[in-house]
Amino acid sequence: MPEIHNYTLNFGPQHPAAHGVLRLVLEMDGEVIQRADPHIGLLHRATEKLAESKPYNQSIGYMDRLDYVSMMCNEHGYVMAIENLLGIEVPERAQYIRVMFDEITRILNHLMWIGTHGLDVGAMTIFLYAFREREDLMDMYEAVSGARMHATYYRPGGVNRDLPNVMPKYKESKWHSKKEVNGLNKNREGSLLDFIEDFTSRFPTYVDEYETLLTDNRIWKQRTVDIGIVSPERAKQLGFTGAMLRGSGIEWDLRKKQPYETYNKLDFDIPVGTNGDCYDRYLVRVEEMRQSNRIIKQCVEWLKTNPGPVILEDHKFAPPRREEMKADMESLIHHFKLFTEGFCLPVGESYAAVEHPKGEFGVYLVSDGANKPYRLKVRAPGFAHLSAMHEMTVGHMLSDVVAVIGTQDIVFGEIDR
Amino acid sequence: MSNKLQDLSEKLQTILASQIQTIVVDCNEITIEVASENLVSVATTLRDHDDLAFEQLIDLCGVDYIAYGKTEWSTDGASATGFSRGVEPADTGRLRFGDELNAGNNDIPRFASVIHLISYRHNHRLRLRSFAKDNQFPLLPSVIDVWNSANWYEREAFDLYGIVYENHPDLRRILTDYGFVGHPFRKDFPLIGNVEMRYDPEQQRVIYEPVSIEPRVLVPRVIREDNRYLHAQNEQNKEGATDA
Repeated sequence: MPEIHNYTLNFGPQHPAAHGVLRLVLEMDGEVIQRADPHIGLLHRATEKLAESKPYNQSIGYMDRLDYVSMMCNEHGYVMAIENLLGIEVPERAQYIRVMFDEITRILNHLMWIGTHGLDVGAMTIFLYAFREREDLMDMYEAVSGARMHATYYRPGGVNRDLPNVMPKYKESKWHSKKEVNGLNKNREGSLLDFIEDFTSRFPTYVDEYETLLTDNRIWKQRTVDIGIVSPERAKQLGFTGAMLRGSGIEWDLRKKQPYETYNKLDFDIPVGTNGDCYDRYLVRVEEMRQSNRIIKQCVEWLKTNPGPVILEDHKFAPPRREEMKADMESLIHHFKLFTEGFCLPVGESYAAVEHPKGEFGVYLVSDGANKPYRLKVRAPGFAHLSAMHEMTVGHMLSDVVAVIGTQDIVFGEIDR
Repeated sequence: MSNKLQDLSEKLQTILASQIQTIVVDCNEITIEVASENLVSVATTLRDHDDLAFEQLIDLCGVDYIAYGKTEWSTDGASATGFSRGVEPADTGRLRFGDELNAGNNDIPRFASVIHLISYRHNHRLRLRSFAKDNQFPLLPSVIDVWNSANWYEREAFDLYGIVYENHPDLRRILTDYGFVGHPFRKDFPLIGNVEMRYDPEQQRVIYEPVSIEPRVLVPRVIREDNRYLHAQNEQNKEGATDA
């Protein structure tokens, strides 16, 4: 019999399960992984260097494009770093709006994750279910910012504008009859908040549907239980955060432990896993969706009864209102200065971290007092997770690599930056 | 300064004592600076000491301080030269192929590695900075044995800034292209890059050429002393004085 040697397998960068542009060089002994070496950087756009050449507000849009399935959470980290350095407090209504959209974003991200993770290991149906709800969530994004994905909605000092009183509606066309359109528009008759409220009342049943499809599914369990086990000690050493850390049994969530915005006024629980395998991380994320739904409900209730400003009135960094600008010289000057030169931050450095759907998303900002950042470092959770690829897959079969990529919730926008 | 930060800064000072060069508390965050030769021993103490217990390295990044505080547009007073201001290649965005950054002082340490740590046990954070002594060949010890997550972060800092980490087991480029030349996040690396790539139908392969695009900066870099912060700082100083 001929002797069989280890061989090298090139996985990606063009592979449907590589979640974008991951190139994985695998050293195999038969079907068993001996070494996994991820090659990243195929989507590197030098976001940090670009941000260093632009006034602060012009980089908010770049943040959306980092982790392009949880857009507003990225913006949140960035504007929080600026606010830390400026030492400003955001109006309460803006804080609630941010929390609400952070949680909408979390559901958006987790739906994408559950859909693609399922698809990767062979569960086709869940993908279709998840994308059905993503449509509603993206409509919320669109209603508030005009864009379905890259919202650029958060601003230092608050959010761009208040929640709209009307929801955009479907229009009759040769593809949609009047009857169909009326059905589609049924929950869009009121304001955005009404639409979100309607969604939160529907969403728990949807999560039940996902769980019916997966939680006790024999194939799903065979592919995820005891795959990619990470002990709590190793999880800390490897730089894991978010659901990856909680899946290993460490009770840690920045929303509880280092609360920002209004998280300390809201009632929600933090799910924690016990075994640290792919299945536990799945359970953690599913429960997180339910908890996010709870938070959104509370935010909607508060926002409905408490009108108020959504951005600070300080025109050194927040633009004056259009009407004011046309009648008032001072406002015109502020507007001009703000949109040409931008604002300067005081000298100093700050690290702001938010509980991003994927883990701890941090923005380290060094300012030398100029109108542009001196150094901006984005701490992407996925970067640390992917660096543990070798440790999580070694000794597993080739098909488990796909399950591990799925459980890490890899998105290359944030890893390559 | 909150009590918790005060506590931590006192603990750091007693435990690490002379190994700390400076300790700064600002924006509710603590930054300590250590000399590169002490970095590994400080890191080990930070991780293992019961009162500190920084179990996780959250982030490590390189910083290039060569252009710190440099501006293109003087705001001290009016000048007679008008629009000619703000076009000197003082900023990385304006550099072209082969341009040198007019930064001057090369004697101060230029490259630093900044580490962000977190302690899950005590729920506190710390920033740890260490400057590389030699600007031509920036060398720092690797902390990979203390915190394993430093692996890729150090590769990234090496790739983008050219900081060499001693004792790193696998110091390869990570984010840039295979065969990339230079360290793109250095302040003297042009924003538009040095080379561009296209497919050449005659040679039937992908070729690299010097970039053809022009550098363009829409907003010059300025530093303005904002009166509000001066005011806030004076207030703070006053408070500090009355406290003392």
